Amino acid sequence: MNNQGVLGIFSYVDLTVNAVKKLKEEGFKTIRVFSPVPNHEIEDVMGEPESIVRFFTLFGAMLGASCGVGFTVLTSMDWPLPVSAKPIVSIPPFIVIIFELTILMGALSTLLGLLINSRLRRNAPVDMYDPRFSEDKFGIMVACDKGNVEKVQGILNSHGAEEIKVDGI
Amino acid sequence: MSQQTSLTYAKVNEDVIRMLDKPTVKWLALFVPTLGVVGFGLFCFLYQVYTGLGAAGYRHPIFWGVYITDFVFWVGIAHSGTLISAVLYLFRANFRMSIYRIAEGMTVFAVLTAGLFPIIHLGRPWFFYWLFPYPNQRELWVNFKSPLLWDVFAVSTYLTVSSVFFFVGMIPDIAAIRDRVTEKPRKILYSILSLGWKGSNWEWLHYTRAYLFFAAFATPLVLSVHSVVSWDFAMANLPGWHTTIFAPYFVAGAIFSGLGMVITLTVPIRKIFSLEQYITLDNYDGMAKLIIVTSLIVGYAYGVEFFMAWYSSNPAEWGQFYYRATGEYALFYWIMIFCNVVSPLPLWFKSVRRNIKALFIISIFINIGMWFERFNIIVISLSRGFDPASWGIYKVSWVEIGITLGSFAWFFMFFLIFIKTLPAVSIAEMKEILPVPKKEAKGHE
Repeated sequence: MNNQGVLGIFSYVDLTVNAVKKLKEEGFKTIRVFSPVPNHEIEDVMGEPESIVRFFTLFGAMLGASCGVGFTVLTSMDWPLPVSAKPIVSIPPFIVIIFELTILMGALSTLLGLLINSRLRRNAPVDMYDPRFSEDKFGIMVACDKGNVEKVQGILNSHGAEEIKVDGI
Repeated sequence: MSQQTSLTYAKVNEDVIRMLDKPTVKWLALFVPTLGVVGFGLFCFLYQVYTGLGAAGYRHPIFWGVYITDFVFWVGIAHSGTLISAVLYLFRANFRMSIYRIAEGMTVFAVLTAGLFPIIHLGRPWFFYWLFPYPNQRELWVNFKSPLLWDVFAVSTYLTVSSVFFFVGMIPDIAAIRDRVTEKPRKILYSILSLGWKGSNWEWLHYTRAYLFFAAFATPLVLSVHSVVSWDFAMANLPGWHTTIFAPYFVAGAIFSGLGMVITLTVPIRKIFSLEQYITLDNYDGMAKLIIVTSLIVGYAYGVEFFMAWYSSNPAEWGQFYYRATGEYALFYWIMIFCNVVSPLPLWFKSVRRNIKALFIISIFINIGMWFERFNIIVISLSRGFDPASWGIYKVSWVEIGITLGSFAWFFMFFLIFIKTLPAVSIAEMKEILPVPKKEAKGHE
């Protein structure tokens, strides 16, 4: 049962990255790294699969384009406005509407994808945070069972954590 | 970026959040008169609704006047915000980091201002929702072949997407403010707005990816919006309007005017909040170079319009352009040429590009020049159509001036509220261009 959370606070990226490496070697799976800026080294060491937000974007954009086509074509046919011999369904002017709806729905579904996937509300079994993470500190949170708390504390300590907090249910 | 090496992560937080301290007397001294002018604009609008559009100086043959000029002007101002935040993001131009938040805020507020004008311009403004396609009892749909309807879609999409982009960009910064403020009401407000952001690797992973997509969507969008606005004119068969160069001509003009407005706004903010370490001379240098490029494109468009009118041997077209430069409105035409083509020329010199006062003055000229450009295109073209029997002169009324002033105040009102409630400089992105804190080889990346 991973119901204990251990949080280590660091000042330097390289120390944080080394500590994560060690924790991974020791077999800890539920690790979260906090940082004030996105950082490639942290991203590399965490090795998370690529973000699936892109599928939300793709799906939203395709849905928007289909809505644009459907909307313009069907409403034009529903109430035809014949102007001399010009076509009722005239594609060039509709492209503008289709284009705008593609972007609108693509962007909104990207937002939805971001909100769902980054789990802005809750992102681990145990929730730990320190306000300094939005300023200049880096943090590692490990969720583990009771017996492993001391081991995790030892690893964080030996890798230069400045402060360690333990929390659990 | 040599000037920025003395900054640290903690100092960035401190400096940006310091801007959100209690409003000073100076701020109130700006804000209260601004509200007064907004009130006057509202009064003018109510007077016009009560009296009818004759109060707006509309006389045959000119039924598009200052309001449509204002509409195009404000949509144009909005453009450089997205240019700086999205296009320069895709090009990884670091000089955008310190100014993009202000530019983005400017975009959102300028679109909010622009969106009012088509409604103000309506004879029965309370029926504005007829522009939107919705099922109704008359079973009528809007005409999707009309450029005016394209405008509805383009501008409302632009408002939505730029607001989302603006808000998403701020989430990590709002979290930083949340972690720092102590008063209960502010803490609650920023906690809600931050959506529970913690800066974990999960959040950053999806956030950076989503941000890239927003930028990728906003880039074609920004080009499409002003193209669509230009087609409001270009699709009509009127000398001075009916031309294929309008889309690129309007887009370049929009970016040009927007950059002018960014400089006009950032110069006082930089001074008041002592942001010299953030908004550096390099940043201004970068913007000034973009101004040169767009000014050249706009100047070229002015020349090509004349060339095409002459080379086409179309008497109506040539008559229109000859009239622009020599007729009753010639003063406005030459103000436009001076402000947009001549006044940016000193920017070719590096010493001018790095001189804040000179830049500020040039930026004011650009704002004026670009307003007159839209006025010239709209009003002069309408006043001399094909048929000499329907030529006419248009005089601006006090109601229109009042509403135009009100629109500027409306824009500045949002802006003043923005710099006191939300982070005007991006905290997270400023940190990205600082050296990463490392134990080994400290101070280097």
